[in-house]
Amino acid sequence: MRYIRKRLLIYILTFFFAVTLDWAILRFMPGDPVQAMLSRAGVIAAQAMEALRGYFIRAFGLDLPLWQQYVNFWRALFKGDFGVSVYLFPKPVSQVLLEAVPYTVALLVPAILLSWLVGNKFGAFAARRKILDSTLLPVGYFLTATPYMWLGLLMAWGLGIALRWFPSGGAYGFGIMPEASLRFALSLVRHWFLPFLSLFLVMFGGWAIGMRNMIIYELEADYSQYLESLGVPRKLIRKYAFRNAMLPQITGLALQLGVIAAGAIATEVAFSYPGIGLLLFQAIQNQDYFLVQGCFLFIIFGVLLGNLLVDIICLVVDPRIRRGTVSE
Amino acid sequence: MSKKEKKPRSDVLYFAWRNWKLRLGLSVVLFFVVLAVVGPRITRYEPWAYIGRPRQPPSAQHWMGTTIFGQDIFSQFVHGLYPVFLVGVLGGGLATFLGTLIGFVAGYRGGATDETLNTLTNIVLVIPTVAILLIIVAYVKLRSYFIQAVFIGLTAWPWTARAVRAQTMSLRSREFVDLARISGMSPLRIIATEIAPNMMSYLVMVLILQFGGAILTGTSLDFFGLGPVTGISLGMMMNLALSWGALPLGMWWWFVPPGLALALIVGALYITNVGLDEVFNPKLREK
Repeated sequence: MRYIRKRLLIYILTFFFAVTLDWAILRFMPGDPVQAMLSRAGVIAAQAMEALRGYFIRAFGLDLPLWQQYVNFWRALFKGDFGVSVYLFPKPVSQVLLEAVPYTVALLVPAILLSWLVGNKFGAFAARRKILDSTLLPVGYFLTATPYMWLGLLMAWGLGIALRWFPSGGAYGFGIMPEASLRFALSLVRHWFLPFLSLFLVMFGGWAIGMRNMIIYELEADYSQYLESLGVPRKLIRKYAFRNAMLPQITGLALQLGVIAAGAIATEVAFSYPGIGLLLFQAIQNQDYFLVQGCFLFIIFGVLLGNLLVDIICLVVDPRIRRGTVSE
Repeated sequence: MSKKEKKPRSDVLYFAWRNWKLRLGLSVVLFFVVLAVVGPRITRYEPWAYIGRPRQPPSAQHWMGTTIFGQDIFSQFVHGLYPVFLVGVLGGGLATFLGTLIGFVAGYRGGATDETLNTLTNIVLVIPTVAILLIIVAYVKLRSYFIQAVFIGLTAWPWTARAVRAQTMSLRSREFVDLARISGMSPLRIIATEIAPNMMSYLVMVLILQFGGAILTGTSLDFFGLGPVTGISLGMMMNLALSWGALPLGMWWWFVPPGLALALIVGALYITNVGLDEVFNPKLREK
């Protein structure tokens, strides 16, 4: 399993780099982060202010030597201790994050999987079919070029506010408390649908176009031409082309994860959908540095996990990687 | 095709002109470039000035209506186009340059150099660019779109480096490169005169993709409120529209134009790319 070992090494290095950056940027940035956070949280009474300042100095360990601060940062990380949120004081950051994660996962996982499956199928079907192809091309490129937040805003306004088909923001209705009831579940689904759809559409455009282009390359490849000259049915040739075009689309999924993460943040903000993205946005707006750090690490971790999953799928799907005949 | 006797260069131009995707894509991009240049001169209003009644829908006087503060949206829009192209050209250009350079060196040198550069590329590749930019920019406030473009360029190069590396590796073992090496050419000259020209068409397409990517990344940053404090951009307009309740107030004219323009510009760039691909690669042309 040389392949997996090599990939794991990359991920570990990346994680190490991200954590170090996360740690360093707060300490070496110009200005005084503690003061910035305290003045931001100005609503709190003077007494609480002093307690907070003391907490921050201790939490940062600003009186310790740098290497000690760095070791402590890692140690706290492994204990799942991300500090306390200033913006949502006195909730610990880890708790805030864990509450937000289910929303992001529920939004992203179906959107990614469905858009990938449907996009690829549709792209492969449309390639080199006159009318479909000439519609897919402009529509698909327009979709994939659409800024996520814009499609989000457009849908929240059009389908949410103007037509009133769906709620335009939040994760569930104002009048409902989270509970295990059908009413609550329905409310969840109705609020989930628009952000999901807007993420789905942008990604769908990208996959469909990508597949269409790959299929055209494959249909022009020598093996396809050869099959065609042998008189093999067109349908079978397309099937082979599809299988060959699949692999780059799987690795493409890994490459896209970073962009998708950014898109998810923008979409959550547009719909004020309470996932990690919205949390990060609010943390930045309120200069809640502990929360920013935590969100950042969660996003990095999610993307790395996604990459690892794609690697494993590649390993299962592509026999050449399993036998180690292609490098990475 | 009677034009076949002409020089090969005009052959490319001939197919370029015949390709509707290329014509369409370039026209749309050109339209917005002209708008970005001419727009600020034909609008009578300053982008931030309070010049009219607030919340007016588009009219003859205010082509795109006014904001909740009574600012002219058309004026903001045409001024906001400038950073789009600045960030696209500069950020996309820098990313292309870095990616190509690293790809060439890694692919041509091989060995330990390649191993190091490849590991670096893979690390930067898996890090979500926008997340990294978000955290950096959240602390180090951006002062201008120039700096934003540089930041984007510095993080967007990896996929280019990877693709260029792979192509360089396959070109490296060709006979004409061997010949150049035997005849004592320096590696730099071999890359510049033997390898790069064979990838020119590909590099042009990479530049276009990086251009589009840089625009979308810059827009995200501006939308998150992390753009430069001075100046105005399309992403910032969408941020303001969202924060000041354009959605519940039904002020679609505030957020539709900036996003639509972005989608059109970037979409047109992608379609230009398909067109170019067909021009350079005859196999892909429609039958």
